[in-house]
Formats: sequence, structure tokens, C-alpha cells
Amino acid sequence: MLHGYEAQLWVGLQMTIGVASLSVLVGLVLGMLGATAKLSRNPVARKLADAYTTIVRGIPELILLLILFYGGSIFVQYVVGLLDSSETFVALIGEIGYVEIDAFTAGVLTLGFVFGAYATEVFRGAIISIHKGQIEAAQAIGMNRWQVFNRIMLPQVWRFALPGIGNLWLVLLKDTALISVIGLDELMRKTYVAAGSTQDPFTFFAFAAFIYLALTAISMIVFQTAEKRLNRGVRRS
Amino acid sequence: MKKLMLAAVSAVVLAVATSPVLAKDWGKIRIATEGAYPPFNFTDKAGKLQGFDVDIANALCAQMKASCTIVAQDWDGIIPALNAKKFDAVIASMSITEERKKKVSFSGKYYTTPAKFVRKKGSGIEINAASLKGKTVGVQRATIHANFVTDNYGKIMDVKSYATQDEAYLDFKAGRLDLLLADSVALKEGFLDTANGADAEFVGPDFTDKKWFGDGAGIAVRKADADLAAKFTAAIAGIRASGVYQTINAKYFKFDVYGK
Amino acid sequence: MGEALNLMWDSLPKLLDGAFLTLELIILALVIGFILAVPVALMRTAKNPFLWGPAYGYIFYFRGTPLLVQIYLTYYGLGQFEAVRESFLWPIFREAYWCAIIAFSLNTAAYTAEIFRGAIQAVPHGEIEAARAVGMSRFLQYRRIILPSAFRLALPAYSNEVILMLKSSSLASTITLLDLTGVARVIVSRTFAPYEIFITAAIIYLLITFVVTRGFAWTERRLNPQLKRPDEPKATATWQPEVR
Repeated sequence: MLHGYEAQLWVGLQMTIGVASLSVLVGLVLGMLGATAKLSRNPVARKLADAYTTIVRGIPELILLLILFYGGSIFVQYVVGLLDSSETFVALIGEIGYVEIDAFTAGVLTLGFVFGAYATEVFRGAIISIHKGQIEAAQAIGMNRWQVFNRIMLPQVWRFALPGIGNLWLVLLKDTALISVIGLDELMRKTYVAAGSTQDPFTFFAFAAFIYLALTAISMIVFQTAEKRLNRGVRRS
Repeated sequence: MKKLMLAAVSAVVLAVATSPVLAKDWGKIRIATEGAYPPFNFTDKAGKLQGFDVDIANALCAQMKASCTIVAQDWDGIIPALNAKKFDAVIASMSITEERKKKVSFSGKYYTTPAKFVRKKGSGIEINAASLKGKTVGVQRATIHANFVTDNYGKIMDVKSYATQDEAYLDFKAGRLDLLLADSVALKEGFLDTANGADAEFVGPDFTDKKWFGDGAGIAVRKADADLAAKFTAAIAGIRASGVYQTINAKYFKFDVYGK
Repeated sequence: MGEALNLMWDSLPKLLDGAFLTLELIILALVIGFILAVPVALMRTAKNPFLWGPAYGYIFYFRGTPLLVQIYLTYYGLGQFEAVRESFLWPIFREAYWCAIIAFSLNTAAYTAEIFRGAIQAVPHGEIEAARAVGMSRFLQYRRIILPSAFRLALPAYSNEVILMLKSSSLASTITLLDLTGVARVIVSRTFAPYEIFITAAIIYLLITFVVTRGFAWTERRLNPQLKRPDEPKATATWQPEVR
């Protein structure tokens, strides 16, 4: 049915899941950093976080990908060149030389970057939702900023942020298809190549649609289960 | 302290994607090809790159006693990617043109074949301004064929650009295109001889004007690596002399694809 | 650097042409999608499984698959079949322009329907009870109370959807359309200068986004003069209380 391309499509699917997983990690870290920056007292941090979310949410992912993939190497080379010319750096770490930004890295960085911008808003909303009284009580007992963050905020942030993050994950899964444009061999790209070689686009794209639907359905079930667990014991209004 | 932190963080980030500096003696070469231009380069069901270009690349590397890795790269980004050092050479049926020479250096040619138009049988379209007016032609982005139709007929024809030649074939079959313009051998083996190209035929002259169609297909390298281009040129002469070229030629074509 | 700026400046006219096509595509797609979304949302909130079933399936498919796949299926997938090519619909599906509009419209309708569904369900129940008490028919309830309220509630989420549609429109370039991204890719393919051209295109997208966001903010303020929302946390709210 798939003209013998099944094995390749399976490889592509694994790559899709791999890219999505790594991107989500990058994105969650960036999102947390962005949210705390947006809520901090430091105006520079706030402005930077604002710029980050505004720019990323205003440019198509496709363009961001293309810029990062082609321009990224040049930029990284430039930075590396600067670092290599600093004697302290070379003495400590050694010369770096040539750095490669392949399609995988470009894809993960771009998608993670984009995820982080939207996650910033989700985490910001979640952090704000935590009852101020809890934080005041924690500080009254004498916990320092880090302890408050770790013991009071973080566990609860997840409860509030999960629906939003779940949505972003679903969007991320579909955005991995865009990396096919810069040649990463994930599911979309494998589908595209097979469709071109066999000149049978409908079969392959329909099959790909089915796979993405399955991924979406599985993710939705996982998130709904997680939401139920996280909300154990919480009285619903 | 801050400088150390910055350095440490940068190093950790960059160490993930670091490769050693490639030796300038060209013992290891990364070569890129498209993988969607049969019979010159294509991707088989197992995902492996195959084709005339791939076989020639391997033969040249054997001749130069270098170890080569062949990777796939989308066509319209292949020159920027070469200049961004994602690989060292391009062996993907890239024609040697003045426009491209501004950005890359080429070796001598390793084959030359003319370009031709393809039309639907019975459509009666001829290759002159009167007959072409209002027609739609499909070409691959970033090719000499795209440049040719855009610059010569762009005002009277609808030029549609595709990421791969395969997409153009799909649209031709679907009736969205009146004409195709591409390499005549690629068109014949990749389309006309297949089931989908059964009711298409060549039309018009063989296009070989150097101004548009260049000087044959060559191997592209970065401008700074002219020595690598010279090595390739010498290797091409070498495999032609030793008969390896002719063996590969015979595997794909019934005629001498090197040309004059 | 000067050469780069020259290149960016020289490619502006063509890029702006592409931007016009982008705007055309998204305006058409948004209008059609909006009109489609209302009945789908109403079906989705219905109790009858024959109504919410198909609506749910439609929404699930268009939100669960990448837009790229939807576009390819519409353009290349449908074009593959003789039956489609012989049918009376071919003059529409033959054109990349209409394939893009169809794919975009169906896609945005699905997302918008979900937004409307949430908004309809968020209309304060008290208002609906009051309408019923006054004796309005179901139809009148919808026309006078539920839908107007729902549209107002949906506005913030819908503004997000408009921005997302703007960004998704760049996928039109994958089926030969010369929108902003399509033109950028063609220029890059001749000048071999991806960085300069794509950054110029990105700036144009940002400008359009900026105008759209401002437009929605203005509309929201006009529609909600009474909602000062005193208890909504402001962007500069800090969560670290003053240390005494």
C-alpha cells in the first residue's frame, strides 16, 4: 500500500517525536525564564522578555526556521570567532573552531524558541494565579526566594499551566512538519520524498495526516489524565 | 566570575554541536546532492542516495584517495548551505554559470546535456513568443531553467516555481502546466519514460546557449577552496582516462553524457 | 553591509507585491472561516450527537493535522485523481490560489469554532435564564443575548487566531503561490542571500502583525468600555512582595 516506503516513514516518525520532545524541553526552560523575567522588578528583564514574545509571535515559524538555518551558522561562526580570539576563553576551554548547525539543531532551537515565547504567557498567567497569600505565608515562615519558588510555586504552576502547555504541545507536534522545509528527515519530509518519487501524493499525505491525528489523540489523552491527577483534592467551583 | 560563567555556558551550548576543523589536505570531504533529480540523483526506498552524480562522486573520491560523506540538501538552499560550510562540495548536476560563479567556484565539467521543453501530446504548443503567450510553464526554483524562462518569457508566460522537479511533474500531469523546462535527460528518464509522462513529448530545440545554460555540470566549492576545485578537475580527467567514468556512464545512459 | 542594505531595498517592491497577496489570502480565508465557524460552533454545543459528532470530527481533523499536510492534500492530493479533474469543481481546485483559500478557510473555521464554543459556554448563565424568564424563544435567545455576548468574549482569543492565520499564510508558498514568503524564496534562489531577504520579509510580517494587534486592541476597548477589570493582574505585577 505504501509502495515499500513504510520503513522510511517509521524512521521519520521517530525523528518527529524526537524533535518535538527536545524542543519542548528547550521551550519549557525558555518559557519559565521568560515568565519570571516578565514578572520581575527589573525593567530591563521585562523589556527583553517583551521583545522576545512580541518578535517571535509576530514572525511566521517558516521564516524563523529559514533565517536560523541559513543565517544561524554565520552568526554562530561569528560568535565562535569572537570567543576564539579571547585569550581567557581559549586558555580555559580551548579553541572551538568550526561549529555546525544542522537541520536538527536548527529545528529544535527554532521550535523551542517559538514554544518558549508562547509558554512565557502561559506560565505568567499560571504564576499570577497562585494565591498571593500562600507566598506571603511562606515568606512569613522564613523561606528564601528560591525555596518559595521551588516548594510553593513550581508544584502549583504546573496545575494551572497544564492546559495551556498541552495546547502548545499539540501545536508543536504539527509545527515539526515545517522542518521538512529545511530538509530534516522527519515524518513530513519522508512523506514528501515518497510522494514525489512515486508521484502518489494522496496516499502518502493522507497516511501522514492519520499519523498526526493519532499523535494528537494520544497526547490529548495523556494530558487529560495528567490534569486529573494534578487536580486531585482541589475543590472545583 | 561573570566572564567564567559566560564562557562555561557558551562552551556547554556550543560543545553540543562542535565538529573538528576540517583538514585542508582534503582527506575528508562532505559532498551534498539533492536526491530528487533522477537519474542523476535520487533517494531510494531505503532512504539511500543513488544516481549518476552519487556514483561519480564516489569514483572521484576514490581517485583522490579521500574519504567522502554524501548528504542530501534541498536544491534552492544548496549554494547558501555550501557557503555556510554545511558541506564542502556540491555534486548535484549544477550547471556552471557566470551568475553562480559570483558565489562559488567550480571544477571542470563532468557532463553536459541540453535543456528542452516538454508539452502535452497534441497540444500544439511551439517554442516561439506567439505560441507561448499566456501559457504556464513549470520549473524548479534556483535552476538555469527558471532563470531562462523568467528572463526571456516572464512577461508573456505564467512561470510557476517548484521546490523539486517532482512537484512540477505532478502539476503537469494534473493539467496545471502547459510546459515543463528542465534537463532533457532528467525529463526523459524521470518523466517521459514513466507511466505519468506517457502523454507528454519533447518540443522545440535543444538549449545549449552558454549564456543561460552554462558550461556543463560541474562541482561547486566555496570560493576560498579553489584548490579543492582543482583537485576535482584533475580527478575527473583521471577517471575519464582510466575508464571508470565510462563504466558509470554506461550504467545510466546509452550515449556519452560527457559531451564535447 | 552596504551591499546587504542595497539588496534589501531593491527587493522591497517585489516583496510588497507578495505582501498584498498574503493580505488578500488571509482576509478571504478569515471571512469565509468566520462565517463557517458559527454554524459549526452551534452544532458543537448541541445536545444531539448527530450534530455535535460531525462537528467534533471536523474540528478534530483540522486541529489535529498540520496545515502543511492539509494544503498538500488539497492541492497535490486532489489533483491526482481523474475523477476530480473531470468534475465541475476542477476549475476551482486547479488553481493554487483557491486551494490555499479552501485549506486556510477550513482550518481557521475549525479553530474559530472552538473559540466560539468556549465563548458561548462562557456567557453568564444568569443572562440566559433572564432571557428565558422574559419569554424569548431559543432563536431569540441566541440572536439577542448569547451570540452578541459570545462574540465580545471571543475577541481576545480570536485576535490570536488572526495572528496565527497570518503566520500560517506563509505556507501558501509551498504550492507555487507568490505570497510574501513565496516571493522571498524566489529572490533568495537568484541572489543566494537568504539572511538579508528573509529578515526583510520577517520585518514586513512584524509590521502587519503590529497593525493587526493594535486594531484588535482598539476594537476591544471600544466594545468593552465598562470593563475596566480592576482585579486582572497587570503585566508589571510582581509576585515578590516587599520584604519588610
